[in-house]
This record gives sequence, C-alpha cells and structure tokens, in this order.
Amino acid sequence: MCLAVPARVESLDRAASTAVVNLDGISKEVSTLLLDDVAVGDYVLIHVGYALERIDPEEAEKTLTMFDELKGVEP
Amino acid sequence: MKYVDEFRDGDKARRLAELIRTEVNPEREYRLMEFCGGHTHAIFRFGIHDLMPENLKYVHGPGCPVCVLPAGRIEAAIELAEAEDIILCTYADLMRVPAGRGDSLNRARARGSDIRMIYSSTDALAIARANPERQVVFFAIGFETTTPPTAAAIQIAEKEGLSNFSVYCNHVLTPPAMRHLLSSGEAHIHGILGPSHVSTIIGSQAYAGCCNDYQVPLVIAGFEPLDVIQSTLMLVRQINEGRFEVENQYSRAVSQTGNRKAQALMQAIFEPRAMFEWRGLGGLPDSAVQIKAAFHAFDAEKRFGMQAIDVADIRGCICPAVLRGVSDPVDCKLFGSICTPEQPKGACMVSSEGACAAQYSYGRYRLGGKSEI
Repeated sequence: MCLAVPARVESLDRAASTAVVNLDGISKEVSTLLLDDVAVGDYVLIHVGYALERIDPEEAEKTLTMFDELKGVEP
Repeated sequence: MKYVDEFRDGDKARRLAELIRTEVNPEREYRLMEFCGGHTHAIFRFGIHDLMPENLKYVHGPGCPVCVLPAGRIEAAIELAEAEDIILCTYADLMRVPAGRGDSLNRARARGSDIRMIYSSTDALAIARANPERQVVFFAIGFETTTPPTAAAIQIAEKEGLSNFSVYCNHVLTPPAMRHLLSSGEAHIHGILGPSHVSTIIGSQAYAGCCNDYQVPLVIAGFEPLDVIQSTLMLVRQINEGRFEVENQYSRAVSQTGNRKAQALMQAIFEPRAMFEWRGLGGLPDSAVQIKAAFHAFDAEKRFGMQAIDVADIRGCICPAVLRGVSDPVDCKLFGSICTPEQPKGACMVSSEGACAAQYSYGRYRLGGKSEI
C-alpha cells in the first residue's frame, strides 16, 4: 500500500500542479500538490498519483558507496 | 530502472549478508520487526530471510493498512453502498478483504452496488465531477503515506464546491501503533526496520521518543533488497553496541523533518481520532485521524450517519496474532488450505503486503538456503 516508485519528471504544468513523469518508459500525469520546487529532470517518488518526495542523488550515491566496505568480504 | 536496479545487486547482497553473519553474536537472538508490509513483501520476494544467520529472525508487523482495518468498517461501507444510491470508490486492495459472513466489496459489487476501483484520489474527484447527480464516496485507507493525497482531494473538492463528494476516512498513524507493540512487549523485538515512505512524510525524528522510551533501535530502511539488508546490518551493530537510536538508511528520500507541505495539508484537513479499532491490536487512542469539523460536509460518516458495526473474525484465523508479531502465518491451520490469495479468509492473505500472502506467494516451498537474488 505504501509502495512508491521512482520516476523522472519530464514536464511540468505549474498552474495545474501536475507533472508528466517517465515511469520506466511509461508516461503518466501525476499531481505535484505535495511538493514545492519540482524541476524537470528530478526523480520523484510516485504514490497513488502524487509525487511524495524528491530523490536526493547525492544521498543515493552516498548509500551506494557505503557498499564499498564490502570489498574483501567473500560470500 | 534508476534508483531500483542498483539496489538489487545480488553479489552485493550476498556480501552484505556475509558481513552480518560475521558480526552477529552467536550467543544471542536478534528479533527484528519490519513494521511495513512493503518490507515483509521484499523479505519474502527476494529471499532475504534465507541469507540471514539462524539466530536473526524477521518478525512481521502491522504495517499493512488493509490487514489492520477491522471487518466492521468494510461491513459499514457495504451497508452504505446497498442502502443509498452512491458510487463507492476505493483502492484495489480493499475489494477482496473479507467482511462479515464471507462478504466483501467485490461480492457487493457483483450483487449490483456501484463500487469502483481507483488508482488515485484524483480519480474519485473526476468521477464526482462526471456524475453531479449522484453521491460519490471515497473509501480512504492507509498510513501517513496515503493520507496527504486524501487531504488534497478534500481541499480540491472544497475549492471546487463539489457537493456530491465525501470521504469515508480510515487513515491510521504509525507511531502510536509502534508504541503499542513495544509497550506490550509480547513480540520480544530487539530492533525495528522503520517504514520507508511513511517516513518521507513524517520524517525520521518522529520515532525518537519511541526508541528512547522503549530502548529499541530503529533504522529507516528503503524497500529494495540491498536497503533491507544494509539496514539489518545497521540494526545488528546498534544491538551489539547497546545503542537505541533512530538511524536513516533511506536518506535519499527521507529527511529528519519529513515533507512539511504534506504535513501542513494533513493538519489543515484532519485531526486525531480519540479511538480507532485496529484488527489485531484492538482500540488504540489517537492512532487514527478524522475529518475536522470545518470539512464535515465532506465526511461520509457524518453525511450518511454511518455507524460502527461489530463483526467477529472468522474462526481459526490467527491474523490478529500475526499482526502483533507473536505468530507466523504457517502457525495458522487455515494457511494454504482454505485460506489462499485467491480465496482469502483472513485480511493478511489479501494484500500482497500481508504476511500470509507474502509467505504463500514466495515462501510456501522453502527448502532453506535458497535465495532469489
């Protein structure tokens, strides 16, 4: 139920508070009422037709580099 | 798919799991509750539990909105749909949840009620605009993730003067349920995998009091398999070091304070409900929200005088114990025999996030040691 999927913002209609996002190749219109300052190219989490939150690319990179501590660990 | 594929790397998952195996204390037990059904689903789907050491166990929590909704609330919606000429709109998961006497919204629709599955609260608004002569009721459920979209719909309906739109509000709150589970102590939890998307709204600081009061560590975890395993490692380390802090593994989407715009919208439309009944947990004070008096015109319970209905759970079903983390789905006599995802008897077998449905779909034939990633 609380599933939300990352999608790229392709275009914005600021007056209507909507955006068209690209969901793994599928275009979908979603509401941006819950987010200020969304920009084209942002990745946002989509849940029941609403953009809930922006995905922070730097934080995502940080999480991925934490996996570097795995070097030398043999499964 | 960006932000998905890189968090599903099987090789990294196995290495992370190896790190967990080397760091766990073999002398002790680690019981980690995943509060969210989304985590339960990921743990079964990707076989994460099979990668873990014997003394680390995932305990399934109540974070599945259709699982914790008492049958009486669904019964009340069915009664309304049959008594009044309304269009009842709801999310797909709710359609098959058993109400009393084996009834469900799906069956009520088959008997002729106008019950429609929608993807978004904006769909319910569109149906109301297209049918001005009929009353449209949105049967809304969900935790804090799904509550702001309902608040947005009510705000839009008020602005547009959509007088034929109302909401049957069943939104519940995460922290009070978490507190209840920890205060009872019956699930013997040593650490909590905190919700991903609930936390994008309420922020990581919402759990600080809970961790302090019950001295239990919590790590907010993303829903992808590497997120879950990395968060498990973070919990193991906190437990080993005797810490009980809120840590945030899902920092790419969750901040300390959460989405303030969504919070402000929820506060504008909703207020705490003095008491709400949860399947499995019983009545919990201030654990849900109701529509504020200023928006009563959009409250279906007020508009139609809906009354609470008491419905007994089906005999033999142990959903309540599963939701409290004290029983496993396989402990239930009905599991996989008369209760399956196709013909669910209990609520935990309905949604793919329910513990019983996840176990049935991915763990029925487990031989041990097999992982899907």
